[in-house]
Amino acid sequence: MQARNYVAPSSIDEAVAALQAGNGANRAFAGGTDVIIQVRENRRAVDTLVDIKSIPELIGITHKPDGGLRLGAATPCAQIYRDPQVKARFPALVDSASLIGGVQIQSRASLGGNLCNSSPAADSIPTLIALGAIAEIAGPSGRRNVAVEDFCTGPGQNVLQPGELLVALEFPSPAANSGAAFERFIPRNEMDIAVVNAAANITLSADGSTFQAARIAIGAVAPTPLYVAAAGQALAGKPVNDDSIAAAAEAARAAATPITDMRGSAAQRKHLVGVLVTSVLRTAIDRARG
Amino acid sequence: MTQKVVSTTINGEPVQFLSEPGGSLLTALRDELGLTGSKEGCNNGNCGACNVVLNGELVNSCCVLAMEVEGADLLTIEGVAQGDQLHPLQNSFLENAALQCGICTPGFIVAAKVLLENEPDADEARIRHWLAGNLCRCTGYDKIVRAVLDAAEQMRQPAAT
Repeated sequence: MQARNYVAPSSIDEAVAALQAGNGANRAFAGGTDVIIQVRENRRAVDTLVDIKSIPELIGITHKPDGGLRLGAATPCAQIYRDPQVKARFPALVDSASLIGGVQIQSRASLGGNLCNSSPAADSIPTLIALGAIAEIAGPSGRRNVAVEDFCTGPGQNVLQPGELLVALEFPSPAANSGAAFERFIPRNEMDIAVVNAAANITLSADGSTFQAARIAIGAVAPTPLYVAAAGQALAGKPVNDDSIAAAAEAARAAATPITDMRGSAAQRKHLVGVLVTSVLRTAIDRARG
Repeated sequence: MTQKVVSTTINGEPVQFLSEPGGSLLTALRDELGLTGSKEGCNNGNCGACNVVLNGELVNSCCVLAMEVEGADLLTIEGVAQGDQLHPLQNSFLENAALQCGICTPGFIVAAKVLLENEPDADEARIRHWLAGNLCRCTGYDKIVRAVLDAAEQMRQPAAT
């Protein structure tokens, strides 16, 4: 199957109109590394493919005066991980963006697209959740914001309504003495779908001895990427030591409801949640301590 | 289904071709333009056999719609040699016997060219990581990596006068 039409609107209003015109049969795409293939392989029926890369607001990286970050939803991974300020201030985003596919994919694939594709195993979504990212959505009745942890509703499904378009991802400024990291487990070194993945974003006390706050998210262990609030709560106010980390890892394991499939068994995935949460917490602590 | 004329630049030459809305760049290159050096391996973004350079970025041409390249600048494997003069990577692949069936070779050469132009000092680990999106089922990769390392060394030599 092929899409019947291709349009490349130059404004958000035009894009919303183009998406709305399809009554749900038109689909926005950025890098196309998921959507183009899904249409070709008859996994998604699309009437008109709406190429959003000609809309200036959809591509770009803005470091805001308050220290926050705004990513145009269609900004390619390669542009994100080459940005010196993203590298310095949001290394967890680099962790995710630099292991989605190979370089050929990274020059096209976007984090907005990864979010809208809404795979339970998506390699950027746990990071977006851990960093507290907000999805800015444009639609026929204006703009609305959705926290990324509330964006996905099931495998391949999300809160976007017909006519709606993800415009940008907004990140708050990293707190003082904070650090974040992402990792995934795959049986080879690159180019594979996560068996499990995990991200953590922690804030330490000024002397680096105590966790003040933490956000932990895990993927490929539930119908959507999961924000595990209990794992973060297990760390708040606790000393930075192995016992605290083990308690957070246990909370994350308890929240995981994995299935057994060709990539791994449910038991293996449960185990890996603990391993990866422990590992990303250690990296996040190192980064927080600079 | 409206066909459209797409105008683009391929290997330095202005080119026009007719495309269907959902057609891939790879299909346009091979079927409309006769540029059959880019190969179709997986046709889903996993194997790299269709690699081309689009506005300076390495991409899988099977994952790009032909209509997206309106006004773009493209390099395909056909543009890598200068006339009869093979690119150092092409020579190095021959000298190192870095191919058997050859289907993956154009993709590897295009991918490696982008790496070495941006990172002339890429080491073996970097080369292996960069080429992770290119699959070869014949060679076991070792000879390919050696060929790229050799080519990198040649490309670092100052041109003979």
